[in-house]
Amino acid sequence: MQWEAVIGLEVHVQLATQSKIFSGASTAFGAEPNTQACAVDLGLPGVLPVLNEGAVAMAVKFGLGIDAEIPETSIFDRKNYFYPDLPKGYQTSQMYQPIVGPGEVEITLDDGSAKRIRVHHAHLEEDAGKSLHEDYHGMTGIDLNRAGTPLLEIVSEPDMRSAKEAAAYLKAIHAIVTYLGISDGNMAEGSMRCDVNVSVRPRGQASLGTRAEVKNVNSFRFVERAIAFEIERQVELLEDGGSVIQETRLYDPENDETRSMRTKEEANDYRYFPCPDLLPVVLDQAYVDHLRASLPELPSEKRARFQNELGLSAYDASVLSSSRAMAEYFEAVKDAGGDAKLAANWVQVELAGRLNKEGLDIADSPVSAAQLGGLVARVKDETINGKAAKKVFAALWDGEGDTADSIIDAQGLRQVTDSGAIEAMVDQVIADSPVQVAQYREADPDKRGKMIGYFVGQVMKASRGTANPQQVNALLKDKLDNA
Amino acid sequence: MHDKTLTELAAALAAGEFSSRELTEALLARIDRLDGELNSFITVTADAALEAADRADQARASGQAGPLTGLPLALKDIFCTQGVRTSCGSRMLDNFVSPYDASVVEKLAAAGSVSLGKTNMDEFAMGSSNENSYYGPVKNPWDLAAVPGGSSGGSAAAVAAGLVPAALGTDTGGSIRQPAAFCGITGLKPTYGRVSRYGMVAYASSLDQAGPMARSAEDCALLLGAIAGHDLRDSTSVARGVPDYRETLEASLSGLKIGLPKEYFGDGLSPAVESAVREAIRVYESLGASVREVSLPHTDLAIPAYYVIAPAEASSNLSRFDGVRFGHRCENPTDLIDLYKRSRAEGFGEEVKRRILIGTHTLSEGFFDAYYKKAQQVRRLIRQDFIDAFEDVDVLMGPASPTPAFDLGAKSDPVAMYLQDVYTIAINLAGIPGLSVPAGFANGRPVGLQILGPHFAEARLLNVAHRFQQSTDWHRRQPAFGKENA
Repeated sequence: MQWEAVIGLEVHVQLATQSKIFSGASTAFGAEPNTQACAVDLGLPGVLPVLNEGAVAMAVKFGLGIDAEIPETSIFDRKNYFYPDLPKGYQTSQMYQPIVGPGEVEITLDDGSAKRIRVHHAHLEEDAGKSLHEDYHGMTGIDLNRAGTPLLEIVSEPDMRSAKEAAAYLKAIHAIVTYLGISDGNMAEGSMRCDVNVSVRPRGQASLGTRAEVKNVNSFRFVERAIAFEIERQVELLEDGGSVIQETRLYDPENDETRSMRTKEEANDYRYFPCPDLLPVVLDQAYVDHLRASLPELPSEKRARFQNELGLSAYDASVLSSSRAMAEYFEAVKDAGGDAKLAANWVQVELAGRLNKEGLDIADSPVSAAQLGGLVARVKDETINGKAAKKVFAALWDGEGDTADSIIDAQGLRQVTDSGAIEAMVDQVIADSPVQVAQYREADPDKRGKMIGYFVGQVMKASRGTANPQQVNALLKDKLDNA
Repeated sequence: MHDKTLTELAAALAAGEFSSRELTEALLARIDRLDGELNSFITVTADAALEAADRADQARASGQAGPLTGLPLALKDIFCTQGVRTSCGSRMLDNFVSPYDASVVEKLAAAGSVSLGKTNMDEFAMGSSNENSYYGPVKNPWDLAAVPGGSSGGSAAAVAAGLVPAALGTDTGGSIRQPAAFCGITGLKPTYGRVSRYGMVAYASSLDQAGPMARSAEDCALLLGAIAGHDLRDSTSVARGVPDYRETLEASLSGLKIGLPKEYFGDGLSPAVESAVREAIRVYESLGASVREVSLPHTDLAIPAYYVIAPAEASSNLSRFDGVRFGHRCENPTDLIDLYKRSRAEGFGEEVKRRILIGTHTLSEGFFDAYYKKAQQVRRLIRQDFIDAFEDVDVLMGPASPTPAFDLGAKSDPVAMYLQDVYTIAINLAGIPGLSVPAGFANGRPVGLQILGPHFAEARLLNVAHRFQQSTDWHRRQPAFGKENA
């Protein structure tokens, strides 16, 4: 039987506000435990929440960024449950009237085609603290620094059909929130966390299968792997005549598997009700319009512009717009270099290859966009040829010069285009290679193309790589064929 | 000096008749002598009070005295006070010393007042008799066999007994007005949002409101002016200017339109209370007011709606008392669930547990629509009843409680206790202000006249109460308790 997976994601994005969603305490990452938790975060008797307007603005920007409906009124609710790192015994969230209504996100599939994933809604809520189990001699420590950090939970419709689509969706969300500057998107520090809902059904069946929710899937790679594991698990179950039970499962990245946490019967009754300490959030049109006007160009818009205005391929446009850092780097290289396609090529091939090899992020690239742009400019105006350009790039990477120009000068890499000088070198090589010249002239014309490489190599060597290869080629052909 | 009003004490301090230290010492001595029997204080902060009194005297000496400088007050033990135990009448918080001051506490301290301590109350403000306190019941100074009312019973009893001239209480369903009525003092529940709730331990957040309890409407006006106002730390406090409530106290009542809700004069109202209230209304007529009957048709739904909404909010508000970060923690918990269960079972009293269970149930899946949503709909109807009534009248009047103070232990059935609040609870659901003034006695126990006004009509209520107090002396009556050797 052919099976089809149905996947929906709940993505928790930590918003990049300076202070917490309901208190003035700092949200900075990595402080000593409990040094960034004030009376409100500790849930002391008598404290009250005050909504951080910055978090509201960021949530609305996200909504506008996915063309979502922005309801005039949204309401905070309390989600009641007991847990040691949940100080008040409830999480303030939005259950019934979220701040962002239905919208959609475009993802690019491997074949370059686009697919729209619907977003059901996005809502604001506060994060909990952390339970620390190490170093407490069998007891549990509670760190409430993270308690009250603003989160935007983005809930998709079950529109994804493969692990790859889910990963592409998560990357698209990552790109949008980082483009908007509403989150640092740092997955290693938990700025983006993901729960995945997975079910399978026979291909062609309209109704959905029973789903399992997989928690703690906190990297692009883990999303793919957890979903792949879960699909396989469910298909095996069904093919063996069993059935999938609705449950919450936990992804264990070390063993690359999901494990049952609790079944539906064991699920909490969260007893949601409107939080009486917070007023409804009412957004007037002018406020929303003001935020709309402040939006930067978003990934999908950038991708379209790269394709339509810069003439890049769909693939290049998609990769280069995939993150704000990548797009900004590329555009800076393009502006300094004066050629979009060359710039795309250098960023995608040489730079990306080297970054990947060294395990570096583009933000940590030793070669700045201005430096690479300077290099591209010299390729474009033919000051250097491709071979010399690679040398210049290596020198820039190793910090052997501040600019492409200074390296070109220092290493004498300027391309020789003086036809007299090139002709002299060509003549010398022909004179020095009588055997090869004879073989060439005896060969069939269709084999000569290959054979000419030897002579080109000799001339380039003689020029220390600086001769213009096209000129060398043309001259050699002329002299060898027409002697 | 223990029988003077705040206003009189302020004048005496200003005239140099005595110092704030002398006044404070006298009252502390009185508390020491009398409160063993009354049990109106949970914590007396004598040292801090004397220091504050000295600071007030110095401020006065250097010409920096304000209207509240040097005046002694007491705080219901629901207000967080930095460095001082804030128990909320519960074993759960018996060990809780707040690291911060409530907004109203800050305001009163900044105004130079002198807090004598924290007064007894029903646990977490849940009760109408002050019998639900971990620290034992409070006695009514008018009759030691009677309850003082609740939940602000300690504040009411302390003011009535002359232990302190005024106190802060809180009112979620009548907890200022009913004990004020039972103890023969004046108590005002302001409009919801008029006074910051920051630092007030939450019972039912959408209903809780702090207010003054004192010996006169004039004193309530002075105190309300000091504690009212917008607070950036409380989103439900209202950004609206605070008038000088004392300026309008003397306004004439000629032409005042008084409505008597017929539902407040029906079955269950003690004839003695009714007769005192009707006598008070005749006083108003003599002052030029007109009286008409009005109807608040959804009155009978107020108690059921309240006992859905308040416990629902309480069940959530009291979840933070889990034995993890502060408050009571059971001995040697075996695991997390044991820690939760025993800490809460040991820390909370019966009435608190009852309301947590009710609230947990009404919010549960499958019951939420039938209870909580329905109760919120009822709440809107009740609010509309009042808005409609105030189209035709300026204030509403009626009894604050169907009976005078009952005997300690007389109401063992919780529902019978809940019905005590039949005239006060709807006011919290509607969010309007209400005030109780002494209006005579029934069987030797005080009767309170309740005066209600539209949202933010505190100045009108205080004016209406003050003019009554200029024509009557019920508010000047003193109980026999504590009189000898005074």
